[in-house]
Parts: sequence; C-alpha cells; structure tokens
Amino acid sequence: MLLSDLITTLLLICSLPFFLAGTLGLLRFPDLYCRLHALTKADNLGLGLVVLALMIQADSWQVVIRLLLTWLLVLVAGATVAHLIARKAQQDGHQPWRR
Amino acid sequence: MIELYISLALILLLTIAIGLVRVLRGPTATDRMLAAQLFGTTAVAILLLLGQAGGNTAIWDVALIFALLAAVAAVTFVRRKDIDTTTET
Amino acid sequence: MEPALIFDLVLLLILIGLAWLLLASTDLFRAVVLFIAFGLLLALAWVRLGAPDVALAEAAIGAGITGALLLVGLGRLGSTERCRFSRAPLTFLQRLSAPVLVGVMIPSISLILLLEVHQLAGTTPGRQGLINAFLDVSGSGHGVTAVLLNFRAWDTLLEKGVLLLALITIWSLDQARPLFHQEDISPQLMGLARLLLPLVIVVAGFVLWQGDQAPGGAFQSGALLSAGILLAILVGYSLPQRWQGLSLRLLLAIGFGVFLLIAAATLLYSGYPLQYPEHLAGSLILLIELVATASIAALLAAAVVGGHPPDDLSTPAAKAPSTSGRR
Repeated sequence: MLLSDLITTLLLICSLPFFLAGTLGLLRFPDLYCRLHALTKADNLGLGLVVLALMIQADSWQVVIRLLLTWLLVLVAGATVAHLIARKAQQDGHQPWRR
Repeated sequence: MIELYISLALILLLTIAIGLVRVLRGPTATDRMLAAQLFGTTAVAILLLLGQAGGNTAIWDVALIFALLAAVAAVTFVRRKDIDTTTET
Repeated sequence: MEPALIFDLVLLLILIGLAWLLLASTDLFRAVVLFIAFGLLLALAWVRLGAPDVALAEAAIGAGITGALLLVGLGRLGSTERCRFSRAPLTFLQRLSAPVLVGVMIPSISLILLLEVHQLAGTTPGRQGLINAFLDVSGSGHGVTAVLLNFRAWDTLLEKGVLLLALITIWSLDQARPLFHQEDISPQLMGLARLLLPLVIVVAGFVLWQGDQAPGGAFQSGALLSAGILLAILVGYSLPQRWQGLSLRLLLAIGFGVFLLIAAATLLYSGYPLQYPEHLAGSLILLIELVATASIAALLAAAVVGGHPPDDLSTPAAKAPSTSGRR
C-alpha cells in the first residue's frame, strides 16, 4: 500500500466521527442552540478531513484548488447560516436550555 | 481504495437517513431547517467521495454547486416575512 | 455484496421512504424540508445513474430555487396553523381508492416497468452510437448538448415556452408583495452575499461554457444564476424601477423569442424548423444558450418572487422587492 493511500485512509476514517457526532448531536442534544453547535462540526472538520484526504490523492494542483474551494464555500455558508439561525431563534424568543 | 470511498459514502448516506428523524420530530421549524443544512454538507462529502471513486470530475461540479448554494435555502428561511415558527408536532 | 450496489439500494430505499413521508406529511413546513432533502438525494441518484448533466441541473434547482420557492409560497399561505390539513371523514370512494392504488395500480405499473427495463437490458448503449456518429456535424462537442440543442432542439424550445407560460400564469394571479424583511440585515449575511454573488456569476459562466464539451449548459447555468439573483434579493438588492417595465419583460422572453426566430429562419432556409446549416450550427447553439441562460435565470427568480411588478411604476409605494435582482 502506498504511503499516500495510507494517509488518505486514515484521514477518511478520522472524518467519520465528526459526521456521526453531528448527526448524533442533531438527534440527542436538548435544544436548538446545542444542536446548532453539533451541526458545525460536520461542516468544519468532517468535510475538511474528507477534502484533505482527497487532496492527497489529487494528481494536479487544479484539483487541489477545486476541492479547497468547495470546502471553503461550505465552511463560509455553514458559519453564516449558524449565526443567522441562532440570531433568528433568539429574536423569536427561544430560551436556551438549562439543566 | 474505491471500496473505501464508496463504503464511507454509504455510511454518510445512512447518517442522512438517521438525521431525517430530526426533520420528522421538529419540534420547531428551525430545528427542521438545521437538519436540512447538515444534509447539504453531508451530500457534498458524499459527492466528493463518489467523484473520487468514479474518477469523474463532473461529479465534483455538482458538489461545487451544492457548496455555492448551501446557504440559499436557510437564508430564505431566516429572511422571509415570517409566520409562526413554533409548530409543535 | 459490493459496496456500490448496497449504496444504490440504500439510496433507493431512502428516496422511496422520503417521497412517502413528504406526501403523507400534514405539516407543510415539514414537507418542504423533506422535499429539500429529497432534492439532495435525487442529485446523488442521478450521479449514480451516470447522468451528471441532470445531477447538475437538480443541484442548481433543488439546492437553490425549489427550497426557496416552497418556503416563500408557504409564507404566503399565512400562519402555520392554517397550513395543516384537517382530516375530514373519508367518503366511500376515498376508502376504496387506497386498496385500488396499492393493490392493483402499483403492482401493474411495476410489472410494466420491469418488462421495459428487461427489454432495455439488451440495448444498453442506447442511442450513443447514433449520437457519436453525428456529433461532429452537430455544432457541439458534448452528446447531451447536441441532443438538447440540435437533434431534439424542438423539445428544448417547448421547454423554454413552458417556463415562460408558467411565469405568465404566476403574474396573472397577483402583484408582487414584499416577501422579505427590508430592515435588520445581519452584516455577516451581507458579507456572505458579497462573497458569493461574484462566485455564482463566474461558476454560472463556467458551467455554460463547459456545456460545449462536458456536462453543463444553459439550464444549469440559468438555474445557478437565478439562485444568485434570489440571494441578492434576500439581502435587499432590487432591480431599479425603470427596468421593471419593458426591459424586464424583454429579458424574460428573449430566450424563447430568439429560439423561435431561429426555428422560423431555419424553416425558411432548409425546409425544417431547427435544422441548422452545418457551418452555423455551433454559433447558433451558442447564441441560443446565451439568451436562454439569461431568460431562465430571470424566469426562475421571478417565479420565486411570485407576482408581476407593480402596474404603476411611478408610485414609490411599490416597495415590493424587484422581480429580479441586479443584472
């Protein structure tokens, strides 16, 4: 097995917990604000690690840029949407969950 | 390697299936929208993996378009003249 | 079993389950979100079927326009309480319809489809050979574009007509009303829009241009642009009022109009509508795609806004968001 394949495999396996955690958080966390927090893990690290893993396999720099652009766009969209939704929830009068 | 990509894509697809529970349960409209946002990100990851597995870069264009438009539905949701969003199910 | 096969089966099951859930949902907002998810998965299905052209269109339409269209439409219905269906007691025929549908129609349709697919199995290349044989005289280097804009251009012409007709219907219903909060735009949202809008335009251009050689083309590009216009409207941009009259209508109709003119001209020249002269085919396809992109972008965005521009443009009372954003 090539070294690059090994690194890709490791990175892909590392990305999995973040997607699983995002879904688990979405289902199990008690309120909207907590779920929002779970969600952004998948955007940032989950997709980030997948992109990194595929960048190692890329055979030209154009492919690397394309992957990076896709990730950055999701990142920017995810961050802005998280902010907008939290703001709207606050304006709507959602109370954060307390134990 | 191709088996690895597809298997990972399969697991991500299953996380979407599980996440659907949040859409069904709600309780608020905002919760449902959040789930859709997560599906968008997951779909981008699946498309990137499928593209790598199939060696077809046209699939990455699809992923790029998803990434570009990832915010549109949620922004519409936040910005539209609002109706009551706290529907209990 | 191969992972690819399991992936396809799981995708298929989720799609069917999702379709059922969203049709059976009594909460319309839930149905809209399920539909957005359905669009995402449908794009994956097209990718798995080896149809990236359709997947691109589904991505641009599903991620950008349909979600927004349905959310805006839902907002127009009024309070969410009224958006729930009430279940009236079923009549005898309604009771009968479920077993007929499930017991008779679905099995018979499945059987017919199965037989069709079984017959297709022997002829997998389909028309690929025929398309490839004529590709170099079609004026396009990509089979799908050649089919859409040359071999079967008639269908595409009618498709443009249908879009225009749909908007005429929408405009005949009502005047556009303000759909979005005009005040209180988050600076982060402004920043996102300023970052995304130029990128959307560049990528739309890329998708259009690429349609000559690879998956892409006017519809995908137009749908992407319309999502960009929608984003611009969402952050408060609007079309200047002096352009909301004739200029806007020209923009909406130019795609269909130019296509129709070319059909008429080729009818006179060669005796068949849309049979391009060989040396002009490439240029004509490019011209049609360019104007079609502009029209599709404006038509889809106008459909989301959902209503004609105010009749009396001089009154400043027309605070309605413009029918399509900046140009």
